[in-house]
Amino acid sequence: MTAESNDKASIPQDRFEIRLSGSGGQGMIFGSVVLCEAIGRAGDKNVVQSQSYGPEARGGASKADVVVSSEEIYYPKAMKLDLLLAMTQEALDKYYPDLKENGMLVVDNTLVTEIPDRDHYARPFTRLAREEVGHIMVANVVALGAICALTDIVPLDVLTDAVLARAPRGTEDRNRKAIEIGYNEAMKLKKK
Amino acid sequence: MAEPVKRLLQGNGACVEGAIYAGLKFYAGYPITPSTEIAEACARQLPRIGGRFIQMEDEIASMAAIVGASVSGLKSMTATSGPGYSLMLENIGYAYMTETPCVIVNVQRGGPSTGLPTKISQSDTMQARWGSHGDFTSVAVAPSTVGDTITETIRAFNLAERFRTPVTILLDEVIGHSREIVTLPQPGQYEIVNRVKPTVKPEKFVPFELTANGVSPMPAYGEGYRYNVTGLTHDVMGFATNRADEIQAKLDKLRNKIANYEDEIQKLRVEMMDDADVAFITYGSVSRAALQATSLARQAGKKVGSIQLYTVWPFAYDRIKELCSRCKKVIVAELNMGQVVHEVEKVVCSDTEIHTLQRYDGEILTPEQLLEKLEEVL
Repeated sequence: MTAESNDKASIPQDRFEIRLSGSGGQGMIFGSVVLCEAIGRAGDKNVVQSQSYGPEARGGASKADVVVSSEEIYYPKAMKLDLLLAMTQEALDKYYPDLKENGMLVVDNTLVTEIPDRDHYARPFTRLAREEVGHIMVANVVALGAICALTDIVPLDVLTDAVLARAPRGTEDRNRKAIEIGYNEAMKLKKK
Repeated sequence: MAEPVKRLLQGNGACVEGAIYAGLKFYAGYPITPSTEIAEACARQLPRIGGRFIQMEDEIASMAAIVGASVSGLKSMTATSGPGYSLMLENIGYAYMTETPCVIVNVQRGGPSTGLPTKISQSDTMQARWGSHGDFTSVAVAPSTVGDTITETIRAFNLAERFRTPVTILLDEVIGHSREIVTLPQPGQYEIVNRVKPTVKPEKFVPFELTANGVSPMPAYGEGYRYNVTGLTHDVMGFATNRADEIQAKLDKLRNKIANYEDEIQKLRVEMMDDADVAFITYGSVSRAALQATSLARQAGKKVGSIQLYTVWPFAYDRIKELCSRCKKVIVAELNMGQVVHEVEKVVCSDTEIHTLQRYDGEILTPEQLLEKLEEVL
């Protein structure tokens, strides 16, 4: 029972690496799982999610990587990021060096105050969640809505369905609202 | 055929999907990071299909329980990590001696002792070969992706049933916890092997009869076939023996039933080796870094290939020897201080240089590290 092949493999041109980073409890891992499910629902792309976190239930650095490709994904972890979401200053400082030179930087400027002098998209996801939705817990979903607007990795309706399928019962309205706010806020940035 | 079902699964969840597909009906275990999701999924899923899940008081008891369940006719499994695997070894030896099919999953983390609960390692590779005392021939498979974990788990169950032997699945923290979208196996898509049952009348039954292939038919307890099950070296009737000829026959049986079919157990993934000057030899999640590095090196015009061990034990000495004889250098990359490399050294001739790349700081080897090593040896 042997599997052999000599197909010439090559790095897929569309390998796209995303990192969602913040502190434990901000829902980065939840966000990455939902994003993967949405990408899976949207098409035939391969996707790998991996995570690292400390032993704490809250606090501590937390990151989750999502790698998307239409070809077989060899290495499952991010090597050089195409998109970095940073929800805290600590996460930004720690992971910014992993971002490609022309990679996309998305920042929650509720908590991040020092942003590198380069192209980036900054919106206060946490403040928007608190003030516009009324629940600080959905800041990660606001950020997902923004990522959806800023990239073409997944359509808005598919992402919304994936979020609602995973979210606890009774939180549908606030999650739907969170994703819309994130999406619309990011669209404003795009138009500038 | 029904529409294929795609799902986002962790490696640990994929292991359970594969196990249930293969016929798992009994799980006993004691939760331990990074294997706990296997216990959780079994606790959820087994009762729905008429199976049983038991959380035991420790790993020694878990292993005893799955041996007992298997002797009773159920396909059984347990999952653990290094510290638990150490505790299971005594009863894994009992499974070898009593020729009881069962599957043990070791989602490896750093050691020795309680080591690194949330960090990856491949330092139990040799333990899966030699962990229990005494002479025996072990079988261990090593998936490297979530999708692989489904098919390799099915294969592990099939090998256990076919050869009446415990089989270890060497997972690691990265595969166990990573999520990938996989297509669930369809009914009938993969062959499922079930242990051969006796066809003679119970009074004519010889429980450890030496058959042509070395595997004795195995009844389930309660089916009317009465026999003795003991960890003592036994004769064909299952009773302890001190006769030299019977002792040797039993140990030969344990070895030969597997050794005579090694080529059907061994499975490699061989990529771009036709014209390779240098080969990576890897297994488990490191194989993914090796494939990435190989493909990047090829783009840069370097003649590099990759050999991945899906079957770690029994080691594919002949195939490795043959593949390595064609290249000038091999790099054995592992997440330990050097385990499989010694098996490679046994068979690779002096004309081929053997280099090692070992990482044991709790992190996975990266493609960059493999490429750096490649530059160094070229």
